[in-house]
Amino acid sequence: MSAPAGSPPRAAGARSQPKLGGAAASGAAAGPGPAPPPQNGPAQNQMPVPSAYELYSQSYSIPSGHHFQGPGKMTSLPLDGQCGDYYSGFYTASTQNAVTPKTTHQPPGAEQVYGRLLPAPHSAGSTPECFQGAASPASHLYVSASQPSSSFVNHYSGPAMYSASSSAVSQGFPSTCGHYAVSTVSNAVYPSVSYPSLPAGEPYGQQMFTSQNASTVRPVRDNSFSSQNTALSRPSPLPPPPPQQYHQQHSLSGYSIPSWSASGPPSAQDNLIRNHAGSLPPANNNPTNTGMQYGEYVNNQASSAPTPLSSTSDDEEEEEDDEEAGIDSSSTTSSASPLPNSYDALEGGGYPDMLSSSASSPAPDPAPEPDPSPAPVPTAPQPSKVAKPFGYGYPTLQPGYQNAAAPLHSGGQPSPGYSGFQQYAQQYPGMNQLSSSLGGLSLQSAAQPESLRPVNLTQERNILPVTPVLAPVPNLNLELKKLNCSPDSFRCTLTNIPQTQALLTKAKLPLGLLLHPFRDLTQLPVITSNTIVRCRSCRTYINPFVSFIDQRRWKCNLCYRVNDVPEEFMYNPLTRSYGEPHKRPEVQNSTVEFIASSDYMLRPPQPAVYLFVLDVSHNAVEAGYLTILCQSLLENLDKLPGDSRTRIGFVTFDSTIHFYNLQDGLSQPQMLIVSDIDDVFLPTPDSLLVNLHESKELIKDLLNALPNMFTNTRETHSALGPALQAAFKLMSPTGGRVSVFQTQLPSLGAGLLQSREDPNQRSSTKVVQHLGPATDFYKKLALDCSGQQTAVDLFLLSSQYSDLSSLACMSKYSAGCIYYYPSFHSTHNPSQAEKLQNELKRYLTRKIGFEAVMRIRCTKGLSMHTFHGNFFVRSTDLLSLANINPDAGFAVQLSIEESLADTSLVCFQTALLYTSSKGERRIRVHTLCLPVVSSLADVYAGVDVQAAICLLANMAVDRSISTSLSDARDALVNAVVDSLSAYSSTVSNIQHSVLIAPSSLKLFPLYVLALLKQKAFRTGTSTRLDDRVYAMCQIKCQPLVHLMKMIHPNLYRIDRLMDEGAIHVNDRVVPQPPIQKLSAEKLTREGAFLMDCGCVFYIWVGKSCDNTFIEDVLGYPNFASIPQKMTHLPELDTLSSERTISFITWLRDSRPLSPVLYVVKDESPAKTEFFQHLIEDRTEAAFSYYEFLLHIQQQICK
Amino acid sequence: MAFTFAAFCYMLSLVLCAALIFFAIWHIIAFDELRTDFKSPIDQGNPGHARERLRNIERICFLLRKVSARAALVLPEYSIHSLFCIMFLCAQEWLTLGLNVPLLFYHFWRYFHCPADSSELAYDPPAVMNADTLSYCQKEAWCKLAFYLLSFFYYLYCMIYTLVSS
Repeated sequence: MSAPAGSPPRAAGARSQPKLGGAAASGAAAGPGPAPPPQNGPAQNQMPVPSAYELYSQSYSIPSGHHFQGPGKMTSLPLDGQCGDYYSGFYTASTQNAVTPKTTHQPPGAEQVYGRLLPAPHSAGSTPECFQGAASPASHLYVSASQPSSSFVNHYSGPAMYSASSSAVSQGFPSTCGHYAVSTVSNAVYPSVSYPSLPAGEPYGQQMFTSQNASTVRPVRDNSFSSQNTALSRPSPLPPPPPQQYHQQHSLSGYSIPSWSASGPPSAQDNLIRNHAGSLPPANNNPTNTGMQYGEYVNNQASSAPTPLSSTSDDEEEEEDDEEAGIDSSSTTSSASPLPNSYDALEGGGYPDMLSSSASSPAPDPAPEPDPSPAPVPTAPQPSKVAKPFGYGYPTLQPGYQNAAAPLHSGGQPSPGYSGFQQYAQQYPGMNQLSSSLGGLSLQSAAQPESLRPVNLTQERNILPVTPVLAPVPNLNLELKKLNCSPDSFRCTLTNIPQTQALLTKAKLPLGLLLHPFRDLTQLPVITSNTIVRCRSCRTYINPFVSFIDQRRWKCNLCYRVNDVPEEFMYNPLTRSYGEPHKRPEVQNSTVEFIASSDYMLRPPQPAVYLFVLDVSHNAVEAGYLTILCQSLLENLDKLPGDSRTRIGFVTFDSTIHFYNLQDGLSQPQMLIVSDIDDVFLPTPDSLLVNLHESKELIKDLLNALPNMFTNTRETHSALGPALQAAFKLMSPTGGRVSVFQTQLPSLGAGLLQSREDPNQRSSTKVVQHLGPATDFYKKLALDCSGQQTAVDLFLLSSQYSDLSSLACMSKYSAGCIYYYPSFHSTHNPSQAEKLQNELKRYLTRKIGFEAVMRIRCTKGLSMHTFHGNFFVRSTDLLSLANINPDAGFAVQLSIEESLADTSLVCFQTALLYTSSKGERRIRVHTLCLPVVSSLADVYAGVDVQAAICLLANMAVDRSISTSLSDARDALVNAVVDSLSAYSSTVSNIQHSVLIAPSSLKLFPLYVLALLKQKAFRTGTSTRLDDRVYAMCQIKCQPLVHLMKMIHPNLYRIDRLMDEGAIHVNDRVVPQPPIQKLSAEKLTREGAFLMDCGCVFYIWVGKSCDNTFIEDVLGYPNFASIPQKMTHLPELDTLSSERTISFITWLRDSRPLSPVLYVVKDESPAKTEFFQHLIEDRTEAAFSYYEFLLHIQQQICK
Repeated sequence: MAFTFAAFCYMLSLVLCAALIFFAIWHIIAFDELRTDFKSPIDQGNPGHARERLRNIERICFLLRKVSARAALVLPEYSIHSLFCIMFLCAQEWLTLGLNVPLLFYHFWRYFHCPADSSELAYDPPAVMNADTLSYCQKEAWCKLAFYLLSFFYYLYCMIYTLVSS
């Protein structure tokens, strides 16, 4: 505890240094160091006791209904009727001393009151008893202090009230501290306490695995059971279950349920996942199909026996989300194909480890193997029931995975969606012969030429595949492919790692990792064991890619050290057998989560602490976000992730800072105003962050009152910096999450900013200035916060320039996230308001991890050198993340330091250690394994173009901030030029006059062009500075899937949506129109198009669009009557409306940023925005795609 | 044997060069300290360690800051080196000046083109831990150490030479 206790004084000392000047006495008055907040008052005022009064009145103004004509600094608080009594209870410790300005009766003891009262919490740091001791004198002091004041001012609304309130406060102390002591007090106390995270480690682990075990057997054993599961799972929490819930349930299920078959499904989530194996087959009405799939599945296990078709995808790296894709194109009500289930089982997601283990080694559990094929038969007759679990189990559909169905159809009817299923075609030219190459290695040789197939870029008109681009699959053998980490969590720009740095330089491609470590997973094996097995030298967690030398030893795959297998690890709870360490779930899954033992914490896991810092200046009230925020909070108060210790607090600010005392036991929330923004202190440090459950009523009262409290405010200034300092002080004992809502440029106190944007320069093609922060106040603050495990999330709802580039620093370095709502207004701009509402809902309820660190390890020889994302780099491979949220993505640049010639595989491992909202210390580990290649051609064959683009975008952001935007743009173009020229000069031997790219890189120029036209990097088009900076922030911290849509939107034609190729989600049919290339040539006046730009959807309606579409989908009789501003599609009772809406809803699901929908008419002025996204077309300031290719070609030839 | 201005310059620079060597060594130690971190799970998961580590990084970065009243190391180094150059210019020691000018320009560039956005820090706490920044800084420090050491002996030689020859 020494560190935490010591730090506040340090911080305070540092900050108040300039101020302190001659006020050394104040420190003495305040007693021993640990009480920065209390000293601030006296220190600032520098007053001997009696005359201090006036100055105090500046510091604390009192919002009391009737006395309220205070001159000077008194804040004019607009109070409506109820506020009279609302505030009457407001006199608390600090306000007592302030009382009213004109009466001169400062009780002499006041200063001492401060000095004594406030140190209490700090001294509590040492021992709880001490705290109690401190609290009680404090309460006495209160009373005594209030007495003189009451005797002086008799008319004053009542000494009784004073003492009442003060005693209430003091009463409140012990209770808080009781809590306080438990949660944060001291390490001195703590180490001895054994931590609850491991209540019964051993049995848990066993039970859990037992349940896994049972679950895998289940699909086999009784299918009727699966339908039962389904029924049970339907009432599960929510149709789109909040992510954090799963997780919890998930782990719970693991613990408590001895076996599935015995006790029935404990948690919906798990059931669903499990269900698929068992329950989907029945959904399939097509027996032949089913049989085929299963046949194939069996094949995999046996690795022999050719399958006729459709077997390709078992080698493909598929997501857990495959299931929804496996839909019959016939689109009868329930057509889930069993195929994906088997993938699900095979690909290393979660529990399926059983199946995959069975696949890899038939010996231990023979039971599951024969079963899949009989499985579908008995349950086939109940299709309707089974269709349900789909949506529940997989609410997080990504458009990217719809392709999984493709192999099913590729041999059959050519649905428009899949006709050009290039990915598969590329990888497996002879699909039907696939099974012959199941051995794995022969497959690779077949696959490479395809991704290396030279493509003449200038000749190829339709370069963009009609289906979403999938991540390439590393060229590993089948076993490893199955075990490898999902590309959603972990992707590398080169799936074939070059052997040496020289080779990498020759290839001129960026090498790096794209991470999405805390993604919401539908299935995740959670492991509890006493010892977490790790390499002794490099501390790598044991993973599927280690090799077991013999029963008792394993060799680390990162540093090659040979380690012992601990005794505990020898027992495999899955099979309940001894001596099979390689069957443990850690070794069967590349993504696992450990429940960490107390070794992994030196302080007790912190509770979930949420602080809301709200701008209530005139501007903010005018924008009206408070209503939306309070409403969302009220709705989601119970869903905030946390446990019984969860704490919450509110701070509002304009030119002063308002705190809210929500201590349990008060009849109403109390507002405490601190107007001394130069040296902020906390009036009552203990009662500002309160237990959510104990003070729920007060919190609700406050949330109901808050939107109306400031309606008449005339305060236009915003003291954001001081408010943040206060928030930091408030949070520093525990850490947690601070959500800052800001609506304008901070104009007062520390961290004030000036407008730096020159509107005339918005469309300048030359220099874009001010991309970097104007002050390092926010960065320093963020670093302080990061050190205290506090993350700052920024919601910027601004109508004019607010210098996001400076403000964003507060989130960037404290691992927060940034939301930006340009021209937000709750009534004038309803779409933004709705966006805020949706995003708040997600924000408030999503999973959260506290005090996290992420370490990335890689095989010896590789090293990481630059990180991208929001965090603080604490060590060369360790990122310090005060908070981690499921929507945060990271990127890492790699270099090859030593030759990798002596190894054929390299591995990367990210370990994310965090405290869950339930106060558990957990470690989530992802491991990715990639082959090493020695030839340049192989390097090109394995390029993951999307990952490369995202990494390049991150690098370009850095570049544009450190040097200039034009430099970054040049670097982007050079990246294409270099890689393509390197390719054509080394690998292909076609002459230079044509622009040749390997098939794996064919989208590279297109994506780079898209980047150049992206808001972050575009020039020549009018772009507001904040928009640009926000786009850059997005690039830095969005995970790849979402980022790709922002870079290269998807365009669909939606006026003729067909059910052909549709998939089923949540009982709904979701059509899958083909993706069009982003060019006006694809737009026809007769059509309507949907463009999915990640955070915005545009529906462009052509002039002569079919009236039936307009009527059926948009709800207007004809084109002319469509309003200019339309942001909603009505729910009409027509088939096409249903299809369109289900398609859009499906696209919208699971995004961190809820997209706004704009219906754009062909002639409306808004169409320019739509057309800006047509990146293949020429604009005044930028090349068309073809011109860009010519430009590149020119550069290459030079 | 005469005590010329040049000889004085060399004597002074000899002394100051020792100081520069100290600065360079200090830099090397500081960056080395930044680079080392313990990999034990306890340290990794320890918030207390996080704070300590952060403070450590900040402390070092702030020590390396360019202008400050206390404990700044960068500006003195740069100014001492500039002083050399001016002295040698005055003493018309062209060869020595020529040897020092590249570093002088580098220092100017470094000073006015700093990585941190604030004008105060030469090393940016959030960025300095990026491996390439760190290794660059380390390399820079080693190179400077070598340069200062060599020039130390060179000044010694020159001093004796000027004292003896004149």
